Amino acid sequence: MSVPTAPAGDGSASPAIDIRSVSKSYTRGQQIVPVLQDVSFHIARGEFVALMGPSGSGKSTLLNLIAGIDRVDSGSILVGGVDITTLSESELARWRSRSIGFIFQFYNLIPVLSALENVELPLLLTPLSARERREHAKAALALVGLSDRLDHKPSELSGGQQQRTAIARAIVTDPDILVADEPTGDLDRVSAGEILDLMAGLNANLGKTIVMVTHDPRAAERAHLVRSLEKGLLIDDNGGDGGGNGNADPALHP
Amino acid sequence: MALLVSYSLRNLLARRMTTALTAGGMALVVFVFAAALMLAEGLRATLVQTGTAGNALALRKGSKSEIESVVDRGIAALVETRPEIARDADGSPLAAREVVVLINLAKRGTGEASNVMLRGIGEKSLGLRPQVRLKSGRMPRFGSLEIIAGEGVARRFKGAGLGEKLRFGMRQWTVVGIFDAGATGFNSEIWGDVDQFMNAFRRNAYTLILVRLAREDALAAFQAGLGADPRLQLDVKAETVFYAEQSEMMAKFLKILGVSLTAIFSIGAMIGAMITMHAAVAGRTGEIGTLRALGFPRRSILWAFVLEALFLGLLGGSVGLLAASGLQLFTISTMNFQTFSELAFGFALTPGIVLLSLAFGTGMGLLGGLIPALRAARIKIVDALRAA
Repeated sequence: MSVPTAPAGDGSASPAIDIRSVSKSYTRGQQIVPVLQDVSFHIARGEFVALMGPSGSGKSTLLNLIAGIDRVDSGSILVGGVDITTLSESELARWRSRSIGFIFQFYNLIPVLSALENVELPLLLTPLSARERREHAKAALALVGLSDRLDHKPSELSGGQQQRTAIARAIVTDPDILVADEPTGDLDRVSAGEILDLMAGLNANLGKTIVMVTHDPRAAERAHLVRSLEKGLLIDDNGGDGGGNGNADPALHP
Repeated sequence: MALLVSYSLRNLLARRMTTALTAGGMALVVFVFAAALMLAEGLRATLVQTGTAGNALALRKGSKSEIESVVDRGIAALVETRPEIARDADGSPLAAREVVVLINLAKRGTGEASNVMLRGIGEKSLGLRPQVRLKSGRMPRFGSLEIIAGEGVARRFKGAGLGEKLRFGMRQWTVVGIFDAGATGFNSEIWGDVDQFMNAFRRNAYTLILVRLAREDALAAFQAGLGADPRLQLDVKAETVFYAEQSEMMAKFLKILGVSLTAIFSIGAMIGAMITMHAAVAGRTGEIGTLRALGFPRRSILWAFVLEALFLGLLGGSVGLLAASGLQLFTISTMNFQTFSELAFGFALTPGIVLLSLAFGTGMGLLGGLIPALRAARIKIVDALRAA
């Protein structure tokens, strides 16, 4: 088993993300609503995975659990060998700041900060000096093609430009994993295509592992692997580019 | 962290109207707070300056104020023999026997009556009080029914202006001069010949003896010397200390009144700040979720909102203080109920009051912002992101 440096479709590499028998439910009033039931699978390093499924299938919850912003009821999630379900609140926050880049459907930029400051934000949690932070943030914005929009506020940017800024923010700390929740959900076709190109480029050129939740079949096409959820269960799906077979796990077929 | 500080500041700027209204409410409270303290301080400063360093006062034992005191002629003569008293060129002691009488005069404009203090002075009284200068007219001739009025009295009371006539003590008195005593209590007095006043009011004893000590450190010896004579029964105090004590009760009253009033008002202002900050948190729930997802700990979120509330309070405090500092241009005249006489004084702003007022403003912001900030820090990330 070797660690792939390029997007690996074979899935035989040591997993970047290892999800083991994860269950999660929410209480709505008196009722307990199961969202994920005994889900297990792993995502290889450098993989680009799309999570699909109808609303309420649990795909966003799964993404939140992988990203460490929600807690499992049972089971464990290993990311880069670290079991994040055992981390304390503050350890988890520190881990997220180093290991995860977030891309949201509605960009989630801070409206009062400029593009450059938005990108600089995650670096405040690092020991970098103010000058280094600015340099890193500028470099990240250059990478997404926004060098000429450093001082623009989010409201002065188009949807596509805002999402690029958000992507620059996600990669500025150089995390191994990017999680994207409907990254093209709020964009027109052209902008969506550009964002997907950008993400595919980050995956291919920088080797970022990407986990993307999407409804958009065009977005899913760009992933190497599509995993589908329905009613909290992972179902076998070959909708990807066929690279999913290596991830077959006995737990997927209960 | 500069970026977090500017994040808080810019959020305040982003909702200018809400910020201005909330800070305005707090500014009003700080204004009242600062004004009450400035008033108390102004009163204190006025009365402290009334005394002159190096002077000592002898009053009847146990007298809390000048009007309670009675000093017999014989005792006055004995006091003046003390060696601690400075002497002038011809060897006579630098001492003045004075009498203080309260009379009722009508105010200009309203005609409302108010107490004014008359001070019968000796030949040396003016020399012992270098802060008192004749501003216009001339000094009264001793042995005549002539008086001079402090600037404050001349301005505020009927018949007390230069050349005007006043009737009291069953006699008609002519104002022949106006004196300026700076920011002291004397500005609210009328002075005339001590013997004429004693005749008019049928007094046969003085109120006090004012002396200039030969050396400033002679006070203890002077006190001991007079205390050793059982016939005298006098209290001897430095003039500055005596007048400072006169202000204590009034200043304390003003302070307590001001502070308790503002304490009540401040609850309203804090609720205002709390509502503003709650709205700020509610409006930025998505942002909070984003920041937390990016790895900012709860602590940072708490700080960002607390900082915002502190800025809000500081802004309110500064505006209120600025407005209150304008009060220094005004003079207040009120009854000092320790001496039962009218006293004019101004608002005095000291560095201590500046600090206290700003601390009060930021304190209101902090208390108002703390609960919303705690709520912001406690929101679950996924719930917060859903609100984005």
